[in-house]
Amino acid sequence: MSVVTEEVVDSASIAAASTRRRPLWQVALRNPNVIVGGVILLIMITIAALAPLLGTIDPTRIDPASRNKKPGTEITMRMDDGTTQKRIAHFGTDSLGRDVYSRVIYGTRVSLLVGVAVALISVAVGTVVGLISGYVRWLDGIIMRIMDGLMAIPGILLAIALVSIWRAGLVTVIFAIVVPDVPRVVRLVRSIVLTVREEPYVEGAISVGTPTWILMFRHILPNTVAPLIVQGTFLAAAAILVEAALSFLGIGIPPETPSWGNIMAEGRTLFRVFPHNILYPGIFLALTVLAINIMGDGLRDTLDPKMSKKV
Amino acid sequence: MLDFIIRRVIAIVPVLTVVAVFIFLMLRLTPGDPAAVIAGDNATSDQIDDIRRKLGLDEPIWTQFAIWITDILQGKFGESFFFKKTVAELIAQRIEPTLALATCTLIFAVCVSVPIGVLAAYKQGSMFDRAVMAFAVLGFSVPGFVIGYCLIYVFAIELGWLPVQGYTRIGVDFWKFLERMVLPSLTLSVGFVALISRITRASVLEVLNEDYIRTARAKGLSNRVVLMKHALRNAAVPILTVIGIGIAVLMGGAVVTESVFGLPGLGRLTVEAVLSRDFPTIQTVILMFSVVYVVINLIIDISYTIFDPRIRY
Repeated sequence: MSVVTEEVVDSASIAAASTRRRPLWQVALRNPNVIVGGVILLIMITIAALAPLLGTIDPTRIDPASRNKKPGTEITMRMDDGTTQKRIAHFGTDSLGRDVYSRVIYGTRVSLLVGVAVALISVAVGTVVGLISGYVRWLDGIIMRIMDGLMAIPGILLAIALVSIWRAGLVTVIFAIVVPDVPRVVRLVRSIVLTVREEPYVEGAISVGTPTWILMFRHILPNTVAPLIVQGTFLAAAAILVEAALSFLGIGIPPETPSWGNIMAEGRTLFRVFPHNILYPGIFLALTVLAINIMGDGLRDTLDPKMSKKV
Repeated sequence: MLDFIIRRVIAIVPVLTVVAVFIFLMLRLTPGDPAAVIAGDNATSDQIDDIRRKLGLDEPIWTQFAIWITDILQGKFGESFFFKKTVAELIAQRIEPTLALATCTLIFAVCVSVPIGVLAAYKQGSMFDRAVMAFAVLGFSVPGFVIGYCLIYVFAIELGWLPVQGYTRIGVDFWKFLERMVLPSLTLSVGFVALISRITRASVLEVLNEDYIRTARAKGLSNRVVLMKHALRNAAVPILTVIGIGIAVLMGGAVVTESVFGLPGLGRLTVEAVLSRDFPTIQTVILMFSVVYVVINLIIDISYTIFDPRIRY
């Protein structure tokens, strides 16, 4: 016999539930795209973190005896202490005899680092400038004209120009990708500020004498979080592609640090005979960017429904 | 209307000024003597002095900018000490492949992406629609050079249908020129097709819910007429806008694509200039790309009225 439990209607909790906002990540995790993209991305992060443990050798180790080996060739490595060691080069070796598998695995680190760094820095800088532009009216015109000007220079060309000034390296590349991205974030944040500042609750807060900085952080900034997460995701994906393109052109990350782009640059000359040097990093690169983009689409659909209607 | 065009043209002046100031400052903010940087590594001290005098590097920065911008406006873009030519000559020499690549890509991409976008919207939720959407995400994610090498591998190396790399001038042999344009344009198109088909689908979808579409159907018009005349024309403004924005993607992509296919265009020139730190060339090319981008978007803005007579300025 079943026991009928006494149901108590807790009206207070029902009322609270309807007004309580679910945390953003909970909303987002209901979307299949977010899960698929997120899982692939998580695998890539794991690969980057555990790179030394994944059967890799030193990715910068040059071995003239085993240059240009096809994938799956068994190569004999002469170690520093005179002993020899056999291992299978799963992805082959490049024209300097470096192990492509190890380089691709270690290259994951550079790409993810560039993606995350560019997204975080551009969002941070863009948010500050956007808040100022949207709130301090007399500065708005000046700031937006500068942003319009920056946006008129095609992004990758601006990055190329900036790279040409400083010495090529990770920091230069990140900075060069951030500069063309900032105006996009500024525009987004500014447009949100302009809409939100007309809302009754903001006017209410102003009327009771809330200091500007509290107004910004408590009432205006939270409105930008969801769109910025979405924007940041797409910026990260694009940044990874731009870094790869710069390194591929030979003006990005120098060859000492393996990155997917410069592994491909290395493979260009012998592409007809050894396509693997371009194929494997290409697959990793496409898969990572695809994962982030799929996740971004899912995030946009769940967190920013207004924007998803537009695109 | 004329009033609008004038206002719109005037509005690009501040934008281009910011671009010019930025490109100007870029070189001045480099560590070291700008004259020595411009002259390159193999310059003699006479050459460096000459440049210093020409650019007025002893003058205050405002005067330097004035000198620089006056030269640019007069078409004096300076001299590339690396290539031993004036920058204007260099650009004239290199512009054809880039122009050809951009034109072929634009024509191909628009001809492919607009119809598939319209069809995807018409068959919303079908397999075709999903395939188009999946392709769109994929097109954004696979970098141009990977696509380029895949195409080279399949069509040039394995099948041997098309040449691997290189360029033939259009005036020399038109068919060879066309043959060599196929793979580069396809490569550069992928991202562009992804962008345009996605926007076309979205904006046509929005229009298809309008009353006048139902009216058109009720009149007994065929699907083709409804889609192409009523729906597409009303959806044209966002599509045009995204084509304009996409020009920037096209220019960036051209740099990479030209390198993959060995086309001696402006993109390759930019990379060669960066590698040899040839600043007069870098500055001019970037400035030129930006001006072209701004002007194309200006033209698109003005052309809205043709596609959508409801827009009155």
